[in-house]
Amino acid sequence: MKKHVFVIGLAATLALGASAQSNDTLAKVKASGSITLGVRDSSGALSYTLGEGKYAGYHVEICQRILANVEKAVGKKLEVKYQSVTSQNRIPLVQNGTVDLECGSTTNNTARQRDVAFAFTTYVEEVRTAVRANSGITSIAQLNGKNVATTTGTTSVQLLRKHERANGVDFKEVFGKDHADSFLLLESGRADAFVMDSQILAGNIANAKNPAEFKIVGEVLSVEPIAIMLRKDDPAFKKIADDTIAGLAKSGELAKLYDKWFVQAIPPKGAKLNMPASDNNKTAWANPNDKPVEDYLKK
Amino acid sequence: MSWDWQVFLTDDGSGRTYLEWMLESWRWTLAVAGCAWIVAMLTGAIVGTLRTLPDRPWLVRLANAWVELFRNIPLLVQIFLWYFVVPKLFPSFQQVPGFVLVVLGLGFFTSARIAEQFRAGIQALPRGQRHAAMALGLTTWQTYRHVLLPMAFRIILPPLTSESMNLLKNSSVAFAVSIAELTMFAMQAQEETSRGIEIYLAVTGLYALSALAINRVLAWVERRLRVPGFIAAGATGGH
Repeated sequence: MKKHVFVIGLAATLALGASAQSNDTLAKVKASGSITLGVRDSSGALSYTLGEGKYAGYHVEICQRILANVEKAVGKKLEVKYQSVTSQNRIPLVQNGTVDLECGSTTNNTARQRDVAFAFTTYVEEVRTAVRANSGITSIAQLNGKNVATTTGTTSVQLLRKHERANGVDFKEVFGKDHADSFLLLESGRADAFVMDSQILAGNIANAKNPAEFKIVGEVLSVEPIAIMLRKDDPAFKKIADDTIAGLAKSGELAKLYDKWFVQAIPPKGAKLNMPASDNNKTAWANPNDKPVEDYLKK
Repeated sequence: MSWDWQVFLTDDGSGRTYLEWMLESWRWTLAVAGCAWIVAMLTGAIVGTLRTLPDRPWLVRLANAWVELFRNIPLLVQIFLWYFVVPKLFPSFQQVPGFVLVVLGLGFFTSARIAEQFRAGIQALPRGQRHAAMALGLTTWQTYRHVLLPMAFRIILPPLTSESMNLLKNSSVAFAVSIAELTMFAMQAQEETSRGIEIYLAVTGLYALSALAINRVLAWVERRLRVPGFIAAGATGGH
């Protein structure tokens, strides 16, 4: 199904690629009177659907703050449209102008920076490992020869591959088609561990039949800055986004928003992720920046 | 838009290039589709034939049930049933590799459709052929082996070709249960390289190439098996 969406995105890219290259989003939304936010159906607490075309999440809320400032800048109220995007089509849709501001869970990396721009980092993801609590596994080294689940179409797959090569460990990788599927692999015993972004692990555990049966263990395998994505070469629009985020960070409101989505109970089921902000997050908020993931790995 | 086909020559992190990985996943696609095709053809031919047997109401009902069961459940759901539900009921299935489960799932799904084609092919023959065979003193087995099935098979070759091509394309569901085939490669590699358009174009090309190859081979079979003066005599092959 994702493929279909992608093909539509592809067709749209080819059709609009040539015509919609005016990179002045502010002028565009002022002229059309509407702005389109790209959102995800299930990207953990960052961006997800509540059904009936309603979207919520940490990044969706930050985008709404940015939107308020965009409305001030263009001097009129804008109609807000939500466009659900996938990992496959989000970049083409931002490039071709279908989506003006992508409020999902996109990792900021140098490869993507050739195609799009990112606002200041709002969330720093840590890739970790979830296991069944009774498995006795506490570190990645114990996974030698075990079945390790991860989700097709995520950077964690590549991460595992590199880790395997560098440390001479031998995982048997099993791939779920989406995060819920990968978690089912862990739950049903087909996999002994699930390696993924920690907020996704926490989200799946929170929604499991019995959350106490699972825990997140071991070292942080990777750190990734997740940011709101917008069109490249549009300094005025990026400045509004960056200033909004820097302002929220400075006033401490960003930390409160984080707390609201990642620690407190969130709709629709009132599940709690219980993920207090990591040091990486606090560092990013203290010095707002749009550094790509490569800069984090150098450290 | 700028192309970057060099992406296929870059290392994927484990010491092989994306091109090598893609060809490897192409082999998985062909392996899944090939094995499932054998399962589907054998089961489909048997079940389809059973559905036309005279005076064997229970065998006919059993075969009808087979077709309705596997035809009415979405393919992806069937694959998940094999992968997650069956091992819950029969723990020994936990040890069966995912590949075998996908081949069975895909094979049985397609077998229901092929069975329907066999039934249609057999029933499309004039009733006189069966009666003539009976009048000659042939047993039911001989009637099917020497009179009905050879003609029915020729009649249904065109839809069988389509079904075989469908089977190849349907094999893309195997990615859902961790088979490293082309669709999985496409989803994974486009994420890692951010060159989705190049990756998907290449994968699309391989699917199209494989499906076209099946089409050409079966069109050739169709021409070779043609009985002059009978069905498909005027056809020029292809469809």
